[in-house]
Amino acid sequence: MSTPSVVIVDDHGIFRSGVKAELEGMVEVRGEAETVEDAVRAITELEPDVVLLDVHMPGGGGVQVIEQVSKARPQQRFLALSVSDDPQDVIAIVRAGARGYVTKTITGEELADAVRRVGDGDAVFSPRLAGFVLDAFAGDLPAEEVDPELDQLTAREREVLRYIARGYLYKEIGLRLNISVKTVEAHVSSVLRKLQLSNRHELSRWAVSRRLVD
Amino acid sequence: MNKPNLGTLGTGTAVLVLGVFLLLQSNGALDLNGAQSLFGLALCVLLALVGSSFSRRIARRDAEPEAEEEDLATAALGREASRISKIGFALGILLGAGLLYVWATGSLEAVGKVALAALVVTIALMLISAPFWLAMVRRLGSERVARARADERSAVAAHLHDSVLQTLALIQKRADDPEQVALLARRQERDLREWLSDTAPSRPDERLSDALRAAAAEIEDSHGAPIEAVVVGDAPLDERLEALVAASREALTNSAKFASKGGPVRLYAEIENGSARVFIDDRGPGFDPRAIPNDRHGVRESIIGRMERYGGKAKIHSEPGDGTEVELTMRVRR
Repeated sequence: MSTPSVVIVDDHGIFRSGVKAELEGMVEVRGEAETVEDAVRAITELEPDVVLLDVHMPGGGGVQVIEQVSKARPQQRFLALSVSDDPQDVIAIVRAGARGYVTKTITGEELADAVRRVGDGDAVFSPRLAGFVLDAFAGDLPAEEVDPELDQLTAREREVLRYIARGYLYKEIGLRLNISVKTVEAHVSSVLRKLQLSNRHELSRWAVSRRLVD
Repeated sequence: MNKPNLGTLGTGTAVLVLGVFLLLQSNGALDLNGAQSLFGLALCVLLALVGSSFSRRIARRDAEPEAEEEDLATAALGREASRISKIGFALGILLGAGLLYVWATGSLEAVGKVALAALVVTIALMLISAPFWLAMVRRLGSERVARARADERSAVAAHLHDSVLQTLALIQKRADDPEQVALLARRQERDLREWLSDTAPSRPDERLSDALRAAAAEIEDSHGAPIEAVVVGDAPLDERLEALVAASREALTNSAKFASKGGPVRLYAEIENGSARVFIDDRGPGFDPRAIPNDRHGVRESIIGRMERYGGKAKIHSEPGDGTEVELTMRVRR
C-alpha cells in the first residue's frame, strides 16, 4: 500500500482541517464526517483503508461508529484519535475494535505512520496506552482464573510495551531487542488481541478506578 | 443500587409477629381456638407478600430517575428520598400487621374498641396520604438537586474564568512568541485535565507516582520543554524513593535544558515486584558519559552519587548524536 486512504471522523471542523493539512502528501484524505450518522454513510460509501476516529462526538461516540460500520464492513480498520486519555475511553474503543489509539498531540508524520501501520493490519499504541496496558495487566491472578492465552502478557510483550511507553519507535525497539520490526509488530498485535478479548476482571476494574487524564 | 428491601422487612415483621403469637400461645397467655390462630397466621403471610411486591414496585420506580442522574450528588439525594419513603411504608405495614393480628386473634376487648377505631382511622389516613408524602419528599429532593447543580455550575464557571480565559487572553497577547504560546497551552491543558479527572487529588508528598508527575510538570514549566510522563504502579514515598525522585528531577532538568529540541523528554516509571525503575529518555544531542569532568556535579553527584548513597543504581547511556537514556533503580520497601 503506497498511499493509504482515510476518512476523518471528528466533530471539530478546525481539527479536521488541521489533520488534513498535516497528512497532506502522505495520506489520501477521502472524506470527512462530524456525526455518527454521516460517518457511517461516508465510510461505507468511500471505503477508506483506515478511519481516523474521534472518541467523543455528539449523538454517540466512536464506539457507535465502529459498531454500525462493522455490520456492513467487518474488515474496516479504525484508528482512534482523541484528546481524551481517560482509560475508560481508551479501553472502550479498543475493545470495540479500534486497532490503535493515539492522542491528538501526535505529529503529522507520526500520525501518517500510524495510519500506514493500521492499514497494514498492525496495531498502534501511544506511549500512554502502552503504560495503561502494562498497568492493567500487572499483578498476578489466581491460577484457576487465568487464561494464559488472553489474560497475561509474555515477558517479551512487556518488554516491547515498556519501550513504547518510553517513546521508542518500532525500528529502535527492534534494534534494542535484536528482533525485526515485523516481530515487534507481531508482539504489539498480540497485545492488542489480549486487550480486546481478555476477560481479566482487572481490566474493567482498573479502567474505572484509574480515571486518570493527566 | 442497594435495595434495603421492604419485602424483607415485611416478611421479617410477619415472622416476628408470628413468633410472639406462638410464644404467647404456648405460655397459655392466650386462649385461642384453632380457626382464629390459623386466620391470623394466614393474614400475616398475606400481608408480607403484598408488602414485598408493593415495595419492590416502589423501589423500581425510585430507581429509574436515579439511573438517569448524571452526578453523584443527585443520585445521593434520590437515594435519600427513596429511603425515607421506604421507612415510612415499612412502619405502615408494621402497624397494619399488628392490628390485623390483634383483630384476628380475638383479643380485641383487651385493647378497647375506641382505641382500635382510632388506630384504624390513623392507619387509613397514613395509607391514603402516603402518595402525597412521597411526592413531597421527592420534590424536596429535586429542589436540593437543582441547588447543587447551580452551585456546581458556578464553581465550573469560576474555574474556567480563572484558568482557561486567563490563558486564552495571555495567548492572544503573546501570539508572536510561538514557544510561549505552546508552553501556556500545555500548562493549561495539564491543569484542566487534572481538574477534570475525578481521581483522588494528587499527593506528591506521599505517593511516588504523584511526586514523579509533579516533578515532570514543574520542570516542564520552568524550562519550557515538553515532558511526557507515564507511571505504572505506585508506592508510598520514603527517603530512598525521595532520593529517586530527586535524581529523576536532576536527569529531567538536564534533558529539558539540553535536549528538548528533538521532541518531548520522556519519563517512564514502573513500580512493581519490590523495585522502582525510572527511565528518562531524550532525543537530544547526547554526550559521552566518560567525558564528564569531575567537577560537574549534575550527573556524577546529583544522579549517580545520590542513587548509590541510598542503595540504588543509576545507568546512563548516551552517545554524541544519539540522545540520552537515564535508568534509575531503587528498591521499594513493602
